[in-house]
This record gives sequence, C-alpha cells and structure tokens, in this order.
Amino acid sequence: MLKFTEEHEWLRVEDDLVVVGITEHAATQLGDIVFVELPDEGTVVVKDDEAVVIESVKAASDILAPLSGEIVEVNTTLNDNPGLVNDDPIGDGWFFKMAVEDMSQLDEYLDEADYKKLIG
Amino acid sequence: MDENRKTPLFDLHVALGGKIVGFAGYDLPVQYMGVLPEHLHTRTKAGLFDVSHMGQCVVTGPSFEAVAQALESLIPVDIAGLADGRQRYGFLTNDAGGIRDDLMLARRGDSVFMVVNAACKAADIAHIRAHLPDGVTLTEVTDRALLALQGPLAEDALATLNSAARTMRFMDVVDMELAGVTCWVSRSGYTGEDGYEISVPDALAEPLARALLDLPDVAPIGLGARDSLRLEAGLCLYGHDIDDTTTPVAAGLTWAIQKVRRPGGARAGGYPGADIIGAELADAPAMARVGLLPDGRAPMREGVQIFACADAQTPIGRITSGGFGPTVQRPVAMALIDRGFAAPGTALCAELRGKRLPVTVAAMPFIPANFKR
Repeated sequence: MLKFTEEHEWLRVEDDLVVVGITEHAATQLGDIVFVELPDEGTVVVKDDEAVVIESVKAASDILAPLSGEIVEVNTTLNDNPGLVNDDPIGDGWFFKMAVEDMSQLDEYLDEADYKKLIG
Repeated sequence: MDENRKTPLFDLHVALGGKIVGFAGYDLPVQYMGVLPEHLHTRTKAGLFDVSHMGQCVVTGPSFEAVAQALESLIPVDIAGLADGRQRYGFLTNDAGGIRDDLMLARRGDSVFMVVNAACKAADIAHIRAHLPDGVTLTEVTDRALLALQGPLAEDALATLNSAARTMRFMDVVDMELAGVTCWVSRSGYTGEDGYEISVPDALAEPLARALLDLPDVAPIGLGARDSLRLEAGLCLYGHDIDDTTTPVAAGLTWAIQKVRRPGGARAGGYPGADIIGAELADAPAMARVGLLPDGRAPMREGVQIFACADAQTPIGRITSGGFGPTVQRPVAMALIDRGFAAPGTALCAELRGKRLPVTVAAMPFIPANFKR
C-alpha cells in the first residue's frame, strides 16, 4: 500500500514497517540532491518532528516524520550516493523505515490518485 | 507590491524553459536544466548568463584625469593609472572603511564605464552623483543589456561571431561588432573561468544571445549556477561575504588597493574611510575572510557559526556564504572569522543543526582560476 502526504512524502507498508521517502515531484522540485542527513536508528519520533534534512545544490529542506513511531532502519547508501533520491525516489532513494504502533495514522494520507490530483 | 522588472531577455528565458525567480527586483532564471549540469557545463564548455539586472554607468568629464580624480575620491583603487581599454576591480567605501558596493571599472577613452551590483545601483548612483565635482557627470546606461559568456570554450564561441575576441587578454575592454551592432566587451567574469562580459543595446540582446546559444558548446545558465561558480572561485558576493560593515582588509581584498593609493603612495587616501583602511593595511583588523572546507558531506550555508574547537562557548565567526561545489564535488564555504585562526589548514568546528562538525580553513579559490592573462 502506498500513501502520500501533502508535503510530498510517500509511505509504503512493508513487513509491518512503514518505509518513507519523497516523491518524484518533490525530488524534481528540489533539484540535484547532494546530501541527506538521516536520523539515528532507534530514534523515537512524534509526527511532524524534523526527521531528515535534504540539501540540494539550491537549499536545505526539512522532511518531517509523517507518523509517530520509532526509526528502525535508515538508508545508509544515501550517505555516499544522495543522488539516488533524484534517480529513484520511490525505490532505492528511500529515507527510513519506521515501526508504528498505530497503523490507523496512515488513514489520513492521500492515495495515489488523490496525490496525483494534488500535484496536477 | 511593485512588480519585478524584466530584462530584454525575459521572453527568451521563458522560451528556453528557465525557472523564473525574483532577484534584486528583477525576474530572472534561477536555472534551466538544473544548477548542477549548468555549473559543470560552464566549467567544461561555455555558459551564457543574463546579468542585465546589474547597474551600468558611464562617468564622463572634461578629461580622463578629471573623471579618474573624481572617482578616486570615492574608490580606493588606482583609476588614474588605468590604460585605455583596461578594466579593474574596485569598491565604494563608507566613512567607517566598510564596503558600500563592489564594482568593475573600465576605461573607455576619456570616460569610465562601471558595472555595479543590482541591489546597490540606486544608492551607488545617488552617492557618486552627490560627490562628483562640476563638469563630471554620471549617466546610468538604461538601454543596454549585459550578457556574460563564461567557460574554457567562451573564446572559441565568441570568435565565431568576431575573431577579435581571440586577441583580448584578461581585463581588456574593447568595442566589438557582434550581431551587427557595436558591443562593449570585456574579458572578465564572475565564475573563475575565462570569458567575456558584453554590454549590448537592448534591441539586439536577444539576437546576440540566440546567435551564441545556437553554437553547440554554449548553454544558458541561471543564477543558481552563477552563485556556485563564483563560490568555488572564491569571489565575494556583496551583501553576504562583504557589506558596509566589512572593510577591504578584513575581506582580503587588499590586492585591489594599489600601492599608489596606500599610505606613502603618490595618491594615498582621499576616499571615505581612508584613515581606517590605511591603518588596517599596516595593522590587520580582528576579522578575516577565509575559505572553509567542511570535512564531511553536509553543505554549510550562510549564518553557520564557527568555533575554535568542539567545546568552545563563544563563536569566532560565521559562514558568509556556502554550499555544495559541483566541480570540487564537496561542500565549500567562505567565512568571516577571528584572524588568529585564519591560517590555511587550521582545524575548526562549525555548528550545524546543533552538532559541532569539523571544518578546515582553506586557501581560495577552491578551483584553479582559468584566466587568459
């Protein structure tokens, strides 16, 4: 199941975890990404906490935690290859996986059709 | 809200897919294909920039000597010694020795052609006019666009329109026929690369730009890459790395103050803040502009505070501009810091998002300059 936030993040449920990244639309808007600062594994976040900092050649952008839960895994390949976020935002360019107690938090987010409407 | 002004190339920027942003009161392209590829294109081939937002002025008078003397009362560089057809970097100072604006000065016959920063141009023009003696006048050039063609293939590109481009040396200024009209061309730029800056009548700006862009190695470049290129080249951005509180000595721009204008020189002083700048030339001020290389991969931008070590309480300075350097493939920055820590190789710390990260003071430019001397 793929869900989308209005802040252009995607969330995919995978083996009881939620994988989070940014959409192709967001990656294109940000431009060439040169650095991704990931949270530490084991960090407990509350929804809307700052979770990731993305630096493009233009500017720094914050990515907020879309859900409350624990960051259990981060995509360390982005340390050496931040450009994966541009090349494959919904695949290899993922940021982190979260363990979430209350999966119903996902219900508030958009499905793919509604997200596509949002970005026109 | 006042609407932003448009340059004569606005329609071309839109037609080329430029992403338009407001900058210094103008609508200008921040990028076309992307900052990264545009930056690399300029370093390897040739990039065309629209810098028509910058102020162009001509100062005229009864003789070149009179014009030079008037401008030397505001600008601490050797203007009287400029040979015809030569250009020089300079700055307007204030009474505290700070930099009101930095600019380029070109001698064209008996007049001086100046290019000043867009955000400062109205204040510069008022300031200069208020101090010119009778008979010396400043005229703002409002009917010419300004293009910059930069990169190692800039000479080949411009020479296809006029072979005279090849005979110019760095900082030469000539009148040159391009696209059927006389342009004022200097061999200079703001990227650290060889290249030209071309003042062209408004009506011919687009035909000239199209003629250059039709060449296979020339691509349009936006403001984003202009900033990353000048940062790697170690060139100051007014309002960020230098401003009216930074003296030329603190800014590391003493090379632009020739001997003749320094204490003991034949035309020493006589400009705003001369006493302060003169004293600083002998006894350097507390702060210094330096290059910084973050040891890690995280870009560090303007405002990041610099500390002597990981547990120091008081910052020793701050980053004045910084970002990712696409050619050097790592983050680069400029900072204004306590001169005691300014030696290249000095290990310092920068506080980024609450963490102290290692940075190293580095010589600038970050890339070797590629000028045709």
